[in-house]
Amino acid sequence: MTVRIQTADFDVSAEIAGLRRGNTKIGAVASFVGVVRDVNDGGAVAEMTLEHYPGMTEKAIEEIVAQARARWKVLDARVIHRVGTLRPTDQIVLVAVASSHRGDAFAACEFIMDYLKTRAPFWKKEETGGAARWVEARESDELAAERWRLKG
Amino acid sequence: MITVLYFARLREALGQSSEQIALPGTVRDVEGLRAHLVARGGQWEQELAPRKPLRAAVNQAIAHGDTALNDGDEVAFFPPVTGG
Repeated sequence: MTVRIQTADFDVSAEIAGLRRGNTKIGAVASFVGVVRDVNDGGAVAEMTLEHYPGMTEKAIEEIVAQARARWKVLDARVIHRVGTLRPTDQIVLVAVASSHRGDAFAACEFIMDYLKTRAPFWKKEETGGAARWVEARESDELAAERWRLKG
Repeated sequence: MITVLYFARLREALGQSSEQIALPGTVRDVEGLRAHLVARGGQWEQELAPRKPLRAAVNQAIAHGDTALNDGDEVAFFPPVTGG
């Protein structure tokens, strides 16, 4: 398992190649890439700054991946989250999961992303035409994470 | 002494990112610490009021109001997270 918090961009192809390297049991890789949009809640976003809680962030994501591994047959996983200043079209986050079969890879990838959105200590501040605002947490994200509880 | 950290909107509103606090004997858990900080009044009362949707962590793990506090702990208060 690899968890990285960094300001630099990442190369999805290189990261997936690194995840797969040498593991002949892998039959499926599911990945998700989060990207900065130019509009949020109706306002134009010029740039955003991502703040996090160093130390806790890594632990929280490792715990989320451990939970995914307890629920699905995950061979390996890689999570990269950027912090600092980002602009529209920039990549923010990568979650890649390797399994023997696609079902486990798809489910674990979505689970990790849903839990990351509501449990990993990151905060976005958007710059919209000269004004800055902290992004408010969405109830829909909380509901997305909650539904994994019901599925057992 | 405990270390208290503040993040994001809370850090800006309170004008500081961390402080050391000598735990009063009456403060035993996260809710007690929050009440202790609210008693400072002003911005503290406004930002840490019970109606505010705040999250907390103790020693870098998600905590709740009844999570016990001990000398040397690192406690963090922050708004609901918005990463990803």
